[in-house]
Amino acid sequence: MIAELVGLLVVFVLAMFVGFEVITKVPPTLHTPLMSGSNAISGITIIGALIVAGRGDSRVTSILGLVAVIFAMINVVGGFLVTDRMLEMFKKKPEEKRS
Amino acid sequence: MNPAFIKLFYLLAAVMFIVGLKRLSSPRTARSGNFVGALGMLIAIVATAVFTGILTWQMVIIGLIVGSLIGGVLAKTVKMTAMPEMVALLNGFGGGASALVAAAEFLSPTSEVGIGAPFHINLTVGLSVFVGALTFSGSLVAFLKLREWITGRAVTYPLQKTLNGVLVLATIAVVIGLVLRPEMGWQFAVLAGLSFILGILSVIPIGGADMPVVISLLNSYSGIAAAMTGFVINNEGLVVSGALVGASGIILTKIMCKAMNRSLTNVLFGAFGSTVQQIGPGGGAAAGDKTYREITHEDTAMMMAYSKLVVVAPGYGLAVAQAQHEVRELADLLEKRGVEVKYAIHPVAGRMPGHMNVLLAEANVPYDQLLDMDTINPDFDRTDVVLVIGANDVVNPAARHDTTSPIYGMPILDVDHAQNVIILKRSMRPGFAGIDNELFYEPRTRMLFGDAKDSLKKLVAETKMVE
Repeated sequence: MIAELVGLLVVFVLAMFVGFEVITKVPPTLHTPLMSGSNAISGITIIGALIVAGRGDSRVTSILGLVAVIFAMINVVGGFLVTDRMLEMFKKKPEEKRS
Repeated sequence: MNPAFIKLFYLLAAVMFIVGLKRLSSPRTARSGNFVGALGMLIAIVATAVFTGILTWQMVIIGLIVGSLIGGVLAKTVKMTAMPEMVALLNGFGGGASALVAAAEFLSPTSEVGIGAPFHINLTVGLSVFVGALTFSGSLVAFLKLREWITGRAVTYPLQKTLNGVLVLATIAVVIGLVLRPEMGWQFAVLAGLSFILGILSVIPIGGADMPVVISLLNSYSGIAAAMTGFVINNEGLVVSGALVGASGIILTKIMCKAMNRSLTNVLFGAFGSTVQQIGPGGGAAAGDKTYREITHEDTAMMMAYSKLVVVAPGYGLAVAQAQHEVRELADLLEKRGVEVKYAIHPVAGRMPGHMNVLLAEANVPYDQLLDMDTINPDFDRTDVVLVIGANDVVNPAARHDTTSPIYGMPILDVDHAQNVIILKRSMRPGFAGIDNELFYEPRTRMLFGDAKDSLKKLVAETKMVE
């Protein structure tokens, strides 16, 4: 069990470095979409929520699981959709027709 | 199915998140990047639903439908000006979900967590609940403050720091207790309650204008919470994705602190903005000694119409006045006359990192005209007119030279290098930091008083008249 935990810790630390590398390249213009988009990614906790909600081992945990699925889904769907709405607006200057 | 096989799907999802974030490095590829990320999430959800052996589908399906509907409606109806509240709210739901998963794991009779579990498992459960519940309540308070359903000001009371310190110590004690004596289940409820209260009390003393930092930080927490939950349920997918978001939030927090010239400790514990500081303009000279000059809309329009380069420096006030569409209309008119128009965006313009860019993009301003502080600053030397709209502290030259000023050292837009500076402002009232702005008394500066939207409409009308 402790080996599993250490393995996860290795993954966690390395992923942090990947995160720093990737995120520092995002220009300030896109910082708001970056926030809402990365927010949606943190909704990955939906995986845990689905497992807990679907296990059906007691009434209490099922209800906790249900609320967790709802919360995580709001985060995922809301996050990705609102990010898309914002990014759709970022347009380059249209090429002017020269006569 | 062999559980090892499912992990390949989570790996695929994690790779897609990284590729998606990478594509955010340019506005050209950003939208497809977001789509790649969403697809990765879909793969992770479907793989979990199909391969992890879900026994009761009722809760799963109800949850998926209800959550998607609420999220979808929120995303489609939210106003672009309300984006900080939206992000705060979504953050809260993410953190809350992570805490709930950890709680369900702890209470579940079939999971390996809880009574009789090895200590390190209960440690991760404790941390997961702590970070998750803190993110949940902290984000909700941030949301309420940004909506102005509760006061946006810093709320302070005596012994505030002492109380928070005691709460932190108590929380640590309960986590230790949970690890050593997991059979005492009540400790779990106490931990959840303490974390929830701590989330509220730690955000309440932070003033409205510091909220961008807090949202960034809570964004980071929601990622860490997801990663912690990954430790609890032994899932690399959660750990990787959570770490990515954690890193992103930390970077944004650092950028915002730097742009405001404040340390993170100062933002979190300084209670900046609880009172308006009564500080005289640099050196203590009374404001009455100085004179400022006003300008008419007509003269401003004339001046801009015959310029080569006009730079717009928008601030929080522009967002409040909802005047971004009028700005664009004015810019279009000027461009038709052959005037070059650029926008100078300070990192803390708007109400969250990058917020001003979104508002201007919504008004159809092309993103290649939106320039960062470092890019635009050298251009001010050849700028004919700068239009400062609703910005104050971010254009105050005192930040460069007046060591007694509270904003000394803060990076600013060098608008005072331009030939003419026009300030659109309601009155001579000082800005958020409560300090006078010496830029207003410079010989090259003219004040154009009035509501920003109103003034811009008049400027548009006047510019049309110029022949």
